[in-house]
Amino acid sequence: MLTAILVMSALAIVLGAVLGYSAIKFHVEGNPLAGKIDAVLPQTQCGQCGYPGCRPYAEALAEGTAEINLCPPGGEEGTHKLAELLGVDFKPFGAGAEPKPKAVAFIDENTCIGCTLCIQACPVDAITGAAKQMHTIIAAECTGCELCVPPCPVDCISMRAIEEKITTWKREYPVYTLQPVS
Amino acid sequence: MRTLHKFHGGAHPPTNKTQSSSKPIVQAALPSRLVIPLHQHVGNIAQPAVQVGERVLKGQVIGIAKGRLSSAVHASTSGTVTAIDMTVVAHPSGLTDLCVTIIPDGKDEWIARESRDWRAMPHTELRHLLREAGVVGLGGAVFPSDMKLYSHKYKITTLILNGAECEPYITCDDRLMRERAAEILLGAEVMRNLLYAEEVLIGIEDNKPEAIEAMRAAMVAGKHEGMEVIAVPTVYPGGGAKQLTRVLTGIEVPSGVRSTDMGTQCFNVGTAYSVWRAVAHGEPLISRIVTVTGNVSNPQNFEVPFGMPVDELVAQAGNQPGTNGHIMGGPMMGFRLPSAQVGVIKATNCIIAMSEAMFPPAPPALPCIRCTRCAEACPADLQPQDLYWFSKSKNFGKAQTYNLFDCIECGACSYVCPSHIPLVQYFQFSKSEIHAREHDKQSADRARERHEYREYRMEREKLEKEEKLRAKEKAAQAAKPVPASVTADQIDAATEAQRKIQAALEQAQAQAAETASRNTENLTPEQQAEIAEIEARRARIRELAQSHVEQPKE
Repeated sequence: MLTAILVMSALAIVLGAVLGYSAIKFHVEGNPLAGKIDAVLPQTQCGQCGYPGCRPYAEALAEGTAEINLCPPGGEEGTHKLAELLGVDFKPFGAGAEPKPKAVAFIDENTCIGCTLCIQACPVDAITGAAKQMHTIIAAECTGCELCVPPCPVDCISMRAIEEKITTWKREYPVYTLQPVS
Repeated sequence: MRTLHKFHGGAHPPTNKTQSSSKPIVQAALPSRLVIPLHQHVGNIAQPAVQVGERVLKGQVIGIAKGRLSSAVHASTSGTVTAIDMTVVAHPSGLTDLCVTIIPDGKDEWIARESRDWRAMPHTELRHLLREAGVVGLGGAVFPSDMKLYSHKYKITTLILNGAECEPYITCDDRLMRERAAEILLGAEVMRNLLYAEEVLIGIEDNKPEAIEAMRAAMVAGKHEGMEVIAVPTVYPGGGAKQLTRVLTGIEVPSGVRSTDMGTQCFNVGTAYSVWRAVAHGEPLISRIVTVTGNVSNPQNFEVPFGMPVDELVAQAGNQPGTNGHIMGGPMMGFRLPSAQVGVIKATNCIIAMSEAMFPPAPPALPCIRCTRCAEACPADLQPQDLYWFSKSKNFGKAQTYNLFDCIECGACSYVCPSHIPLVQYFQFSKSEIHAREHDKQSADRARERHEYREYRMEREKLEKEEKLRAKEKAAQAAKPVPASVTADQIDAATEAQRKIQAALEQAQAQAAETASRNTENLTPEQQAEIAEIEARRARIRELAQSHVEQPKE
């Protein structure tokens, strides 16, 4: 009887120690699901979802407080991926929130007055310039989030759709339709 | 006798080579204009080096190689540059790319050419020469040859020259080997030297006995050692680099491994020829042999300057009624040109004029019946029926695990498919989609990193500001209790400090004087004369520059 109790309590102590140790050793900061969701999101940091960036939206999704169809830059495919990841049904985009073709911002350098407001608005530091100096977009880093457009006091920023070039050209899905026999 | 090996699968499409292989190479007449794309090679686009209105000579650089992986582009004849703009190029997309348009003046005037002794040149210089001469792989991949002729890290024992030319209709390498065998072999010697390779194996399909004969004769006449011309069986795609390596050496290059890791390097015979022209004659790559065949009255091979519009080239072989398009490359791997006005590029080995009778529209694709005939034909040992399934359902991850990227897009599977499914088009679609996604993923990762760093920076700036504010407040507080009266002691202390500062300043000045440059003193008359001369020269240059700047004003 006593041996049994001793054995059981020894086991309990050992296992408790192991569990306690692993809880400290393998501690994960935050919700790991949020990281997975964040990896799927397009990282435009545009805030169209109503959250201040992709990471906060991912965290809201992980908590289950946000809808999955709030990310137009990710496209329908992105929504499908989110649905799969979260185990929920696919939802189409609402009216007025359809995905737009990819674009980059463009600063009309003749009009720019060098106020730095757009630089402060850019979430990925893709605008160079300084006070009273001309600003310009680093096109390769621009995510097309449009956050720099409203703050400009002289309306010199426009969004330009990315044109297809030979280097970015994608082959189309082959479509062959069967012709009905007359 | 060498034992030859076999590669898996293959097909036997009708070769259709005799139409053009019997006639010698003809120099194509100069066209009315040349449209030369600046991106004819794998790697970075060449940077324009000429201006509109400038007169260029034949062989003059019009595009400078930029970055590590790039190649120069040259004017194919002498003439005047009339435009540098975005023009439709020979690419399946039909999109535009930066091109230099030259109107030939008919003089065909060369730049100064210099013959170099390659044996006396260091390897780096030789490679640089090839890069500046725009030499790229002429088998179709147009990879800059100087990058491939690099053998530092890997021990390359075998240099393979690819004269197999397995694709139907094409005979440009066949004619080149028949007519210019000696120079191909001399080029091979240069390549062998660059790679420190021991043996050179030249693989030629056995449906080209004349070419094999000519190459063997040239080998004997040129006293080339350690070279062998080998007839390989005619199986499509026996001219694929991996397939030919397998047949000649028995080495099968594993997935994801370069052939250089296995001790072999493969070049097209045309590349060897242009290496020799560049080294021994100082001629950059400005033309190539192009087979013009199909629906033309006189199918044959032409030596074509790059940039020559396809319609003008085809007209020289005799236009025939019923032509409804042109294929660049062969019928298996080639693509339909978006326009007949595009210029011939370094990758153009063949132009086939299509007609309804010769190339009837493909019958409609029927559902896959999983007969696995494609798997039997696949030279890369893949399972095309599975890859097709995954590509069709856009299951790209799965397609990649089935080694989609080992597909060489030879088209043997599409050729044998009883359901006429355009399998290769599905694979090409999948590949380009995967590439695009990888690109998107990379830019998303970069954006995330930049965003996170910005957040961190803003947080840091906020903290710094708070810190500063706090320090200011503290300083203000410390300064508040201003002493009512200044005592004599304090005045003494102040003057003492002033004196100390003065002393320190004086010391610093003395030190600076001591360390002043001493090379202006105690000079010999010769040195002084020299200095005077240099000063005079400087003054003259300044004057010249001044007058040069002012001149345009007058």
